[in-house]
Amino acid sequence: MRFGFIFSEVAQGLRRNIAMVISIILVTFISLTFVGTASLLQLQIGQMKNYWYDRAQVAIYLCTDISPEATCPRGEASEDVKIQVQERLASATLAPFIEEFYFEDHEQAFANFQEQFAGNAVAQYVKAEQLNETYWVNLFDPNQSQIITESFTGLAGVEEVRDQRSYLDQIFNILNIASLAAISVALLMLVSSVLLISTTIRLSAFSRRRELGIMRLVGASNFSIQLPFILEGVVAAFIGSLLSAGAVLGLVVFFVQGFLAERLPFTSFVSLSDGMLVVPLLIAAGVVLAAAASGLAIRRYLKI
Amino acid sequence: MISVQSVTKKYKGTPRPALDQVSLEIEKGDFVFLVGASGSGKSSLMRLMLREDVPNSGSVHVLGENLVGLPARRVPFFRRKLGVVFQDFRLLPNKTVAQNVAFSLEVIGKSQGFIQEAVPDVLGLVGLGEKADRLPSELSGGEQQRVALARAIVNKPAILLADEPTGNLDPTTSEGIMALIDSINLAGTTVVMATHDRSIVDKMQRRVVELSAGQIIRDQATGSYGVRS
Repeated sequence: MRFGFIFSEVAQGLRRNIAMVISIILVTFISLTFVGTASLLQLQIGQMKNYWYDRAQVAIYLCTDISPEATCPRGEASEDVKIQVQERLASATLAPFIEEFYFEDHEQAFANFQEQFAGNAVAQYVKAEQLNETYWVNLFDPNQSQIITESFTGLAGVEEVRDQRSYLDQIFNILNIASLAAISVALLMLVSSVLLISTTIRLSAFSRRRELGIMRLVGASNFSIQLPFILEGVVAAFIGSLLSAGAVLGLVVFFVQGFLAERLPFTSFVSLSDGMLVVPLLIAAGVVLAAAASGLAIRRYLKI
Repeated sequence: MISVQSVTKKYKGTPRPALDQVSLEIEKGDFVFLVGASGSGKSSLMRLMLREDVPNSGSVHVLGENLVGLPARRVPFFRRKLGVVFQDFRLLPNKTVAQNVAFSLEVIGKSQGFIQEAVPDVLGLVGLGEKADRLPSELSGGEQQRVALARAIVNKPAILLADEPTGNLDPTTSEGIMALIDSINLAGTTVVMATHDRSIVDKMQRRVVELSAGQIIRDQATGSYGVRS
């Protein structure tokens, strides 16, 4: 079987079924774009976890005059409480786990708050003594925040011990759900693209059943009968996956790097190199699915 | 060359077998007519020789191959050694005469050089050298069957199977086709031809195998179509 002959058969098949081929291209394009987006979201989650988990601190909030009665019956934490907390953080049991800790008093908390909420109406009403004095603790291993929580929760004068990662986990949950949604849409679309490919190949085989009959009669091998049809599906899906690769890279360059990264400068976002990582995955997925779908579809025309 | 041994072939849903304990030997260079009424088993027997089907019992050997045990992937290579023509010509309407013949060589991987030499040769042999660039629709029925014959013999097969090749042709045209098949046989190709055409069989005086209800009821070295009923 010569290459030129197969090539002309494939081109003829693609031309004959142009509408179906375009629909394969579009469906593969959309479905693989969803796959790519979901993969990028997962990469983004991983990257944010790395970045933020390392920076996440454990906060030991001390009681203020306006803290709820239940946790802070004695109101504003006294100097004794601060000494007690400080001693315990520096003690032999806790010190090995702690990289560093520092104290933030009312004035610093107020300054930080003003900075964070500059321009927001709440900044005008809040007073320094309403904000908790806080011990910020950086652990060597952020996963061991449990140790701090257990040592300080319930201590008189401590309102709450909070691992900042609990805030992050909510964000990651939302991102995870978004990527799950993208994957589900992608799966549905992939199923329909597989069905579409096999229908198209069947149509293509049906419109060429005379040729197929003659090929079998004169002794063309199964491989050379199958190959043009498989290539037909693969070529269409390949074009679709190239388009989806372009869309995913465009998403990274124009939306993530061009829009998000400029507006949220302190977050690390997926880069073009991460996008490049996804591209071969998309192309491989498109080609393998198309080859399998069209190979199965053509099989029943090969019965001798 | 072709050896059929006590072959029985049943099709699903029919109580009577299409072929019932049929045995037949065909030697190299033979010219054999298969005759018999419709449904007598001629086509079933041809299908078995082409390995389009396998029998329920018995054995079929063609060109040294045991067709019953032949694995599916080797069937294409077996078929390259046979040439086949049918009543309905089976040409590709969108390809020219030359392209139709070339197609059968292209799909079995023959080189462009071989094709460019073999196709005009065989078209000359069947008398269509001038019409190589015509489409099948521009040819008469007899000419179309000549194209089909050219396609069947271009790869120099050892056996030519012809399933009612004159079934769609008028008597004069049929005579031309038979002369062509006769010359192919004289060049050494074994010919097995199923037919209903009494005048052809009577005129050619070749071996005649008559089937009836799936059994061979007559096998004559030189014979005629049979008694008029």
